[in-house]
Order: sequence, then structure tokens, then C-alpha cells
Amino acid sequence: MKLDAKIPQGPLAEKWSKHKFNLKLVNPANKRKYTVIVVGTGLAGASAAASLAELGYNVKAFCFQDSPRRAHSIAAQGGINGAKNYQNDGDSVYRLFYDTIKGGDYRAREGNVYRLAEVSVNIIDQCVAQGVPFAREYGGLLDNRSFGGSQVSRTFYARGQTGQQLLLGAYSSLNRQVNLGKVKMFTRHEMMDVVTIDGEAKGIVTRDLISGAIETHSAHAVLLCTGGYGNVFYLSTNAMGCNVTAAWKAHKRGAYFANPCFTQIHPTCIPVTGEHQSKLTLMSESLRNDGRVWAPKTKELAEKIRKGEIKAAELKDDDRDYFLERKYPAFGNLVPRDVASRNAKEIVDEGRGVGTSGIAVYLDFAESISRLGEDAVRAKYGNLFDMYQQITDENPYKQPMRIYPAVHYTMGGLWVDYNLQTTVKGLYCLGEANFSEHGANRLGASALMQGLADGYFVIPYTLGDYLATIGPKAIDANHPAFEETKKNVVDRINRLISLKGNKTVTEYHRELGHIMWEYCGMARTEEGLIKAKGLISELRKDFWKNAIVTGINEEFNQNLENAGRVADFLELGELMVDDALDRKESCGGHFRLESQTPEGEALRDDDNYAYVAAWQYNGDNQPESLHKEELVFENVKLTQRSYK
Amino acid sequence: MSNNMNLTLKVWRQKNAKAKGELVSYQADHVSPDMSFLEMLDVVNEGLIKKGDDPIHFDHDCREGICGSCSLHINGRPHGPKQGITTCQLHMRSFNDKDTIVIEPWRAEGFPVIKDLATDRSAFDRIQVAGGFISVNTGGAPDANVIPIPKVVADEAFNSATCIGCGACVAACKNASAMLFVSAKVSQLALLPQGQPERYRRVQAMVAQMDAEGFGSCTNTGACEAECPKEISITNIARMNRDYFTAKLLNSEE
Repeated sequence: MKLDAKIPQGPLAEKWSKHKFNLKLVNPANKRKYTVIVVGTGLAGASAAASLAELGYNVKAFCFQDSPRRAHSIAAQGGINGAKNYQNDGDSVYRLFYDTIKGGDYRAREGNVYRLAEVSVNIIDQCVAQGVPFAREYGGLLDNRSFGGSQVSRTFYARGQTGQQLLLGAYSSLNRQVNLGKVKMFTRHEMMDVVTIDGEAKGIVTRDLISGAIETHSAHAVLLCTGGYGNVFYLSTNAMGCNVTAAWKAHKRGAYFANPCFTQIHPTCIPVTGEHQSKLTLMSESLRNDGRVWAPKTKELAEKIRKGEIKAAELKDDDRDYFLERKYPAFGNLVPRDVASRNAKEIVDEGRGVGTSGIAVYLDFAESISRLGEDAVRAKYGNLFDMYQQITDENPYKQPMRIYPAVHYTMGGLWVDYNLQTTVKGLYCLGEANFSEHGANRLGASALMQGLADGYFVIPYTLGDYLATIGPKAIDANHPAFEETKKNVVDRINRLISLKGNKTVTEYHRELGHIMWEYCGMARTEEGLIKAKGLISELRKDFWKNAIVTGINEEFNQNLENAGRVADFLELGELMVDDALDRKESCGGHFRLESQTPEGEALRDDDNYAYVAAWQYNGDNQPESLHKEELVFENVKLTQRSYK
Repeated sequence: MSNNMNLTLKVWRQKNAKAKGELVSYQADHVSPDMSFLEMLDVVNEGLIKKGDDPIHFDHDCREGICGSCSLHINGRPHGPKQGITTCQLHMRSFNDKDTIVIEPWRAEGFPVIKDLATDRSAFDRIQVAGGFISVNTGGAPDANVIPIPKVVADEAFNSATCIGCGACVAACKNASAMLFVSAKVSQLALLPQGQPERYRRVQAMVAQMDAEGFGSCTNTGACEAECPKEISITNIARMNRDYFTAKLLNSEE
């Protein structure tokens, strides 16, 4: 199949307006004859469900959490970008577009990214109208900060919990539609498969996580807003429940999976303490505005620190290597996430890491505290410092923080066209779950923006075009496809339940995570990736023989839930490795050791790899087929990113 | 490591909503002080699963204190012995070797037990559905800076908005009252200019739903504020009461 991204012709700034005009509309009186399924209630899902219900469609929304408000968007700390230029510092829609394309190392579509920047301003308006309590200046107007290496202040924030406040805003709009009877909410329901009839999505199969009941739901269209797959690495900053299952099942039903190897490793997380570790905690990127990243100059000094013979704070300036400031004098500690992460890894690989494990570098506030005073630093970062102290039992006002990169976000996801439709008609994908706007590396404060852009301002237009095309005729809920799909789901659950081996699901997950982190993490080589492929394949076979799944389906069974998710990660992992093997260049968060500049920076190969890699599923244990969507750049010039 | 601990756990086990529950003892050995409380339970569960036993069920997700999923009553206190944090942020260094730790679910009529330590908190969603919103459709919003909001007001609204909906306030209250939760949302929207048009209608709708869910009355003991992981103030309750009475007096909105 030839991939058609359906990006409208014409000048960049007019594409979206023209496209909106060309999309078909659904007659207001007909909207109530349509049903739309929305899976996931994070920023993308809640905003889409609410906005579509406001238009008059009937919406069925699903989440696996006990409340839609608990989706993992809630954990985002830093902020949301909006090209408002309230600070008069030279921001514009075009600049946000340009920064996003460049930050993504030229692996995203111009048309999509421009639209994202364009609607970013509406998002801020919408959120304020909902009662989102953004930070304000004394004059009563909204405050902004510079974030994640941006040269302008365009980030809106609500202390360290912007994600929670935005999600509660979307959740309140969702609740209003539940109140009005336009949204029917299904909590503690997990999507187990997509139902397709003649190649078009017409419903889903779900499992009620409390009773174990397997149910079918029909609709005119299905929207997957199910988040990223960072938990394939076992340890990540994602919530424990984050999973790829919904997207993976859709993939197996014909939706192509794009750029699966593009994962973002966030530089400032609290390091691992031991085997018991279940997740990693992010320390907001905003800390790099005032903290200085360093490591001891020599291996010998690092060793003394690790043994506790000397304390970090006592180390003389001459014995410290402020490696980001040294290597990138222009951007210093504010280089993009991928660059900061990779440099920390290099330090640790050289044996200069700190902490008892030796897998950490320092983020030091001593200089800021002496310049601004402890109170000023507390006012800015107090909650983050408290969180750090709570977890590590160390006082970051006295000793530098120890940080290390961790998996944080996945830029890859289901391939979608400009309308957010996957390669399966009627099946749409929004937010982190799709692949689109961030290219090979996402900029700080852009995830919240994309989730809400997709849900509030893109899908309400583009979905209507499809619905108008298929017409409001009711979906035949008795079509055999529903029973067949349900039977597949039941069969698979039975297979899982029958596993009574000797190794827990978590042990398999942890092992998969080690393989992914080692060979498909911050630095990748052909040799390592080939090795990883074999290891994952072995591990998956072993899982289906020797895993233990306790209990039965017909009960609240968290072990069974987890087993289904890990089984899917074991399949996804191999595709990520295939994708990383195919992409022999380095770009953004994908760093192939074979492809670097003399200075050790990611070296792109635009002649051969300026494409979106979209993978097609061909059946169990069959190699997937690669389809390439060539990226066309008409407005920006591709340059080697340099943060010197 | 030498500072690892051996602990005795007494955990509430209840097969489902209808079954009778009981406290069951488990041994948790070699517990590292660097583990979080939930990671300690993970390790116990791994042991149970290896034996083919049903693991202890509990709600949890983000494990960084913001999603509001985790909800354990630890030694008689919601979210355990420390102030201003959730269970997932509690670390084992807060306990001592040879301690016995009693772990129970939230206990309130409004939060029936689903299994073991997991409870049904959907009543909170229904209260929000009743009126915890500003009626604004997507696309109709004016420019975000059209209405200046004094910083102190915005900050106060933010303080109320930090509620994570975990239910510790209800669990801490001898009356199982949900007043802190409800008043936090009512306050957030009542403080902001955008929330004014529906202010009195909102408070009446949310209070009516709260009562219908079977939550108890507030008798001002302040236990909710003391146990709230986000340290939300009971000033919110006073503010909600004032709005509620005003609404009744004025009878201004339906």
C-alpha cells in the first residue's frame, strides 16, 4: 500500500484553513445518529471525547484506571507551549513550528507541525476558560517561562503540576458531557482488540477489569488515545499501567506502526537504587535553568566519591568537569534532552559516574544558591527538592543532586495521516500513541500541547469528514466479526491463564527492559541490535512456556492484566530493534554509534533516511514489511543541529 | 546490606466486594530502606505469585504522588505515618527492623472494597459529573489574557486545585465525610472569574450528589486536612459552606 499522508497542497500557513474548508461536514441533526469510541482519557482522549460530544456525537469513553482523571498525562510537570508571544520576545507560530521541526531533527512533517503550532494558541485560551489555574504575574496576566532549551519564553505552567491541571480541565469538560448524557464513561475497562468489518474499524472488545467480563462495543469510528510505550524498557518515568496493548492490537489489525525506535530519554531523573526499583522519577527539566551538570574530572576522584572518601560538595572547582558547559558553550546546561542524556552516559561509561552504583552525574545548585539565596531557589524549585529528598534521603540544598537519564516518552507510534487516521479506515490515533509531530526528539512542554491539539482542535474537524462519507446508518452489532474478535480475545486470555511455570511476569518484563536499555537505549550499534533481536525472541518463547499467571479471568486479577501487557511488549520490543537496525543514521534520540560527527554528535543521513518508517504486521513470527513515507521539506533547510 | 529490615505485615485480604475479609500475616524480609512502600509490597507479591498464590491487590499507577490511585491505610493512618505525601512516596526508611505494619483499605461507606486493598471511589467522579465544571465548549474561549486574575487569587485557586482525588480525607474522617474533596473543587472554580456564572448552581449540585453517595457530615475535626497528601486547607470547607448557604438564601439559581 502506498502511504498517503494527505497533507494539503499550498503555502504552509494556509494548509490547515484550506483543509478545514474542504472537509465534509455532518449535518447537526445527523450527528446524534453517530457513535464514536474513545479509548484512553488522558489529555488527548478526554479532550477529544468532550469536544466530539459537544458537537452532538454520542461518545463511549474507556479507561483502565478507576477514574478518567488518573491517566498518566497527570504526571507531566513542566508546562505547555503556546505561541502567544505574550512576552514580546520574538515568538510566533512560525518560530514554534521551526523549533519543533529542528528539535525533532527533521524527521517530522512540516504540515502537521505547523498546524500544531497554529492551534497552540487556542489551547491556552480553552484551558483558561475551563478554570485551569496557570501561573500569573502580579498584574494578573499569564506568566511564561523558557523551557527545554528554547530561546523564547512560551511555556505556560501551573507550578510543577501542569499536566494535572490541564487534565483536570479536560476531565471537567468530559464530566459535563457525561452529565448531559452525551458521553458514557467506562472506567476499569481495558481495550483488548479492535473489531474491523471489511477493513474498517467498527468497534472494540474490552475486558471489565473487576468482573473479567469480555464485552463488545460497536461504533462508527474508534479513536485510540492510549499513550506511549516507554514501559517496554521496564523502568521508565511512565506510570505502572502505561502499556502498548491497544496500539499493538490495532497494529495487528492493519494499522502501521511508525518509527518505533524513536524513544526519548530524559536527562534529569533520579538514579536507580536497586533491583526492587519499579519506576523512575523525573525531576523537571526546569531544574537545568539554574542547576549545573558536572562530574569529577578523573576516574580516581569519582571512585573516591563513590566510596564516600570525599563528599561532592567539597570537591574543588578545578576537579570538576562541567561537561555540558565545556562542550556546548552557547547552550550549556540547556542543550536538548537527547544531547544532555548522551553526554551523561559517556561520563558514566568513562568510569566518572557518581553515587554508590556509579551510574549518575551531578546537578548542582550551589552556585545558584550563593547567587540568588536559598529562599529564592526554594521558591522556584521547593517541591522538586522536597521530592528528591523524600526519595533519596539527601538534602539537595547541601549536596548536589544525583541524576541519570531515564526513558520518558516515545515519539514513535501508530502511523497516521494529516487527519489522524491510521492505515485502517475509521481507526484514528491521537496524542503520544501516534507517531506524528515530534520527529526523532520531542521538545520540552510539547507533549501536552500535542495531546490537546489533537483532541480539541484537530479531530473534531477531521473525523466529521469520515463520518459524513460513511453515513449515519447504524452499525450491525450482530455482525460475526464481533463474536470472532471476542473469541480471539478469550482464547488468548485462556492461554495466559494456563501458564503455570516458574518465572513471574515481572521477571520477564525486567529482563526485556535490560535488553532494550542495553542495546536499544541511548546508543545503538548494528551488532548490539542483532544480538538484542535474538535475545527478545528467546525471551518471548520462554514467556509462553514458563511464565506464571495466577487466578482466573472472572475476577479482579492484576497479575493477568500485567501478563497481557508484557506479552505485547515482548512483541513490540523486537519491532523497535528492527526499526533501529533499518535506520543506519543517527537522528535525535536515535543514536547509532556508527553514524556520528567527528565531535561525537548525531550524524543524520538525509539522502537516505529522510523518511517515516511505517511497519506493517504480517502475522505471528513473520518479519514485518517496511513502508517509507518520504518527508518533504519545502520551508525549512535541513541543517546539522549544533548547540555549540 | 546490614541495614535491611525484617518486617511483619498484617494485610486486609478480601476476595471480592461480597466476601468477608480478614487480616492475614505475611513476613517481609530483607527489606531495603531505599524501597518505596509499594515496592516492598511488590516484593511480597512476587513471592506469593511464585507460590501460585493470589497477590495482594492494591490500586497504584504513577508512583510519584500525583495520580491519586494509591490509597492504603497504614498503621491506622491514610498514606502512612508521614505528612504531605501519598503511599507511593513513602519509603521504608520510615520504619524500623522488626516492626509490625497493619495495612488496610480505605474504610468508608462511600468507598466499598472491591478486592483486598482496592476500593471503589467512583462516587468522587459522580460528584464531579454533577457540577464540577465550567460550561464552555471547545472553540468558544476568548483570549487567555482578556481577564486579568490577581496573582493571590490565582494562587489560592491553584492551592485548591492540587487535590488528587485519592480519598484520604474521607478515610481519615470519623464521619467519612467528603467535604474537603468537594469543597476543594467548589473553591477552585468559585475563586476564579470564569467560574462565577455557575457558582451557586454548582455548589448545590455537587453537595446534593455528595449527600446521595452516603458520605457523612462534617463536624470540623480537621482530620482530613491533617492527612491530605496535598495539604489542602479546611478553609475550603468554610468557603463551600458560605457559598452553599448563600445559594440557599438567595435561591438565585434553580
